[in-house]
Formats: sequence, structure tokens, C-alpha cells
Amino acid sequence: MERPLTQHMKPDGSALDISEYEKTGGYRAVRKALTMAPKEIQEMVRNSNLRGRGGAGFNTGQKWSFVPMGDDAPRPKYLICNADEMEPGTFKDRMLVEKNPHQLIEGMIISAFAIQADIAYVFLRDEYKTAGRRIAGAISEAYRSNYLGKNILGSDYSLDFHLHTSAGRYMCGEETALLNALEGKRATPRAKPPFPQTSGLWGKPTVVNNVETLCNVPHIVKNGVEWYKGLSRSEDGGTKIYGVSGRVKRPGLWELPMGTTVREIFDEHAGGMQDGYKFRCLIPGGASTEFLTGEHFDVKMDFDSVMKAGSRMGTGTMIVLDDTICPVGALYNLELFFARESCGWCTPCREGLPWVVRILKAIEEGHGEPDDLEKLEMHGKFLWLHFTYCALAPGAMEPLRSGLKLFRDEFERHIKEKRCPYENVPAARMNV
Amino acid sequence: MLSDQEKQGIEAELENYEHKRAACVEALKIIQRSRGWVQDDGLHDAALALGMTEEELDGVATFYNLIFRRPVGRHVILICNTISCWIMGYNPVREHLSRRLEIEPGETSADGRFTLLPVPCLGACDHGPAMMIGNELYGDLTPGRIDAILEKYGWESD
Repeated sequence: MERPLTQHMKPDGSALDISEYEKTGGYRAVRKALTMAPKEIQEMVRNSNLRGRGGAGFNTGQKWSFVPMGDDAPRPKYLICNADEMEPGTFKDRMLVEKNPHQLIEGMIISAFAIQADIAYVFLRDEYKTAGRRIAGAISEAYRSNYLGKNILGSDYSLDFHLHTSAGRYMCGEETALLNALEGKRATPRAKPPFPQTSGLWGKPTVVNNVETLCNVPHIVKNGVEWYKGLSRSEDGGTKIYGVSGRVKRPGLWELPMGTTVREIFDEHAGGMQDGYKFRCLIPGGASTEFLTGEHFDVKMDFDSVMKAGSRMGTGTMIVLDDTICPVGALYNLELFFARESCGWCTPCREGLPWVVRILKAIEEGHGEPDDLEKLEMHGKFLWLHFTYCALAPGAMEPLRSGLKLFRDEFERHIKEKRCPYENVPAARMNV
Repeated sequence: MLSDQEKQGIEAELENYEHKRAACVEALKIIQRSRGWVQDDGLHDAALALGMTEEELDGVATFYNLIFRRPVGRHVILICNTISCWIMGYNPVREHLSRRLEIEPGETSADGRFTLLPVPCLGACDHGPAMMIGNELYGDLTPGRIDAILEKYGWESD
């Protein structure tokens, strides 16, 4: 099985420096890309069926194709790497930046060339200190070797490359909020259209791509579309970095063919549940996706298959809930996260999420009322797409909507017995 | 007044952006690194250097959970209370920290050494419960491991 993104990573967890990276074939794709037409690279990536690994799953080449090209295009154009990984349960981009920062830089150079960007930024969350040190070092190395800067490798193409470290807040990972953050404003979302590809950073054409997405690009350019599609067990191209957290035997990350089943990831790689714990359900791709249960173990983890099963693959990093965890408490925890991280820009999200949290807290603490479930369902309906400015609140409603269906009896038991049936287990006493 | 070091730091950051205000998060972090938190006069001076009003800069400063506009202890403990860490035992770890330091979340210990702040997902979900102190990430926490970690930062058990 080929693992292009991770196979050269060192077992001790340290980063490959530039000469080690070059020895693994690194930066050869840049040399090849610079001999190609930008549109040709866009077309290649589009045909490879690389879909955005930040969770939305949009075809990457297609995303690029909306950028104005040619001499009349507004300048400067920007490529931004979204390394603000903060989706709960997601820790894949950390590994990619920490262990192979040059792979990301190479992916960004090629992607920037494909849209003829003049300036590139890595937007990194502040808490990723090791990643920050390593990518900063790698950027310096790449400048020294003329992979970055003026007239890259003697070509006509030049690229300025910067690292921006942020200061917290989940909201900054939302594409348009990220642009505001990078401009030095509060990270609130922008209305779309105009889309960033035509009016992004400082009103100029901008593409924002996820770390894992960009890390795929050199391999596609180097090895071709057919090879890339052949890595996958589904329509989506390539491999995927899957992850599992929770009470499993071996929590971690694995690069596997796109479309690997939930069962294979959970059983073979994560080793199944720890002794003494039973599987209850999982959230397949970060906090803002709907629950899957044991009956979904044969679902392939790719964008379309998980969608068909009633959830979303999201970031592809699963959170496993075991039988000692109170489902109401878990939803309380999830919604508390979203309520706290709401940027407050639009009313449904700013006002609605705290209501959801208050109701869930009341139920969890034994003060629930019978009509609380209806109120929660109402929020699930109205904090939904098109009622809110961005996808934060709808994302928050995904686990809530599915949790209300899946754990109906648990909710009712809390309300009827006026207590949490799991109260002897360390529960959701989150007085913050 | 900004110190020479702060001024130089901010000027270096300005080179990364085409517009001055884009460096404002870095400027706030520079002040915070040297002073522990961002006082009003630091905010005032940084706003001047960035060509922003104080209100604009404060709007940005208060947006971010890692920019402190109030005093914090010498070591800020960022403990993840999001879903994976919560499942793996955030509560007992947090309660142990609170007992040891005699503070609740959001508070600073009496000796000014530690501030305890629960934060969203730290991206260390395969090693939950996790927390950060300064640049260090600590994973697979149990109440039993906490004391040894705190001792590295000068905490002494009675």
C-alpha cells in the first residue's frame, strides 16, 4: 500500500530537513510544475479528484479554476494554507506540518504557481508551537535554495512566502473569517459571493486550501492523475489521513486509501475498544458531523459514502464514544464548544447556541422539562444553513440533530428521573 | 512606552504584510511576551505604531482567547476541555489541578505563578487529556502525573 504523504516521515517524529526531503524526491515536482502551463496543473489536479481535506470536500482543481488568470488579472494574488486546525477531535494537520514541513511548502509553491499567486501565507494556530518552529525553519531553508523568492529555480516565477501565527479561536478556520483575521480584523465571516477566488485577501484573488489538501499536490504532479486515482478505493482521489480518538486501544493517525471502511480503521488500525469499554457510536469527522453507529461499520470513509450514510466525512478523524459516556453530557460538551467559539457576528448563532447549551445543561443536571426536546429540535431547524451567516452553527446542529434522534430514550430518562443516569461516571461538570 | 525590543519586533513583523494593521496580532503577542499581558498603555502604543485606533485594536485583542487583556500568572495552563479530552478524563485532571493550585478555571494562584484556562481542542486528541504550559504540550494526563509537571514550574507540595 502506498502512503505518499507519510512514508518518508521519520519514526522519531523529527522533521525532514531540506536535504533529507530532497533525497526522498522532494522538490522534484516543483521543477516539473515550472515547466508546465498553470492551467495544465489546475486541470491535472481537477482530474485527479483531489477533494478539500479541511472537511468540505470541494474539488481542489475546480476551486482554483475560479481565480482570474492572465495579464488582466488583479494583482497581487494570494494562496493561503489554512493550518488553523481546531475542529475537535482533529489532529492530522499537526502531524503533516511537524514531520514534513517541506512537503507542505512544495505543495504550496505548485498550487501558488497554478493560480499564479504572488504571495503565500501559512495561517497557523498559535498552539502548534513545534509546527511553528519547524515550518519557519523550513521556509528559511527553501528561500536559501531558491525554491521561494525571486525567479524560482531560474524561472520567471516569483513567490513571497510568510508564516502567520494566530492567537486562538476556532472561528479563524472559516475561510472568510480567516481572511479578516489575516487582515488584522476581528475574525468574523464575510458574505459569499463574492468568493475569495475573485475577492479575497485585501479584495484580491485568493485561494485558501487545507494543509492535507496542499500536501497531496506534489505527488499528483510528480506521479500523474491515473496513479493518484489508483491510490483510492472510491471516486475521490488519493489517500486520506484518518484518525481515531477516544477509548480505543491505539488512538492515532494512519494514511490509508481514500474509501477505507470505518471497520478497518476502527478494528485493524485503532485496535477496537479498550478492555472494559463497549462501543456506543462515533462522530466520523470532527465535532460538526452526525453520529454513526455500529450499523455503519461497512461505510466507506469518503465524502460521498459518508454523506449517503447520513453524516459527513469532515476531517476524517473519528471521535469514539464508549458506553460509560453520557450521550447528553457529550452533546453538552460539544455544544458548549460551539457556543464559546461563536464569533457573535450573526444573531441565530450568538443567541441560539447559548440557549442550546442552557437546555442541555439543565437536562444533564436533572432539571429538564418535557418540552425541552422540542425546543432543542427547533434550534436544530433554525440554526441551520441559510439562517446563519456561516457554517459554524449548522455544524454545531449536526451532532445535536442526530443525537436527539439516536439517544431519544437517554434524553427522556434524564428528564423523567431528574438526574443523569451516568452521574457516578466523571460527567459533564463543566462549570466554565 | 514600547521597549526597543518590542519596537524592533513589531517593525520586523510589519515586513510580512502589505498593510500595517495586518501585523496587529503579532504586535499584541510581542507585547504579551515581554509583559505577560497587554495593558492599556501597551495597547495604546501598539495602536499608534500600527495606524489603528485603540478601539479597533482592542476589538481584535478581545476577540482572541490567547491575547490577555487582564493580568495572568507567570505560567498559563491551557487545558483542553473539548470532546476527546473530556471523554478521556478532563474532569478529574482539571479538578486535581484546581485542588493543587487552589484556583478555579479562569483564576490565578495566590502566589501569581499559575493561571488555569480551559481552551478548545489542542489537536492532541490521540493523547488526551492534554494541556499546554508555555510552549510545552503535555498529553496522556492523569491526576497522578500532574504534580510532577507542576513541580517543573516551581510548584511545591506542602
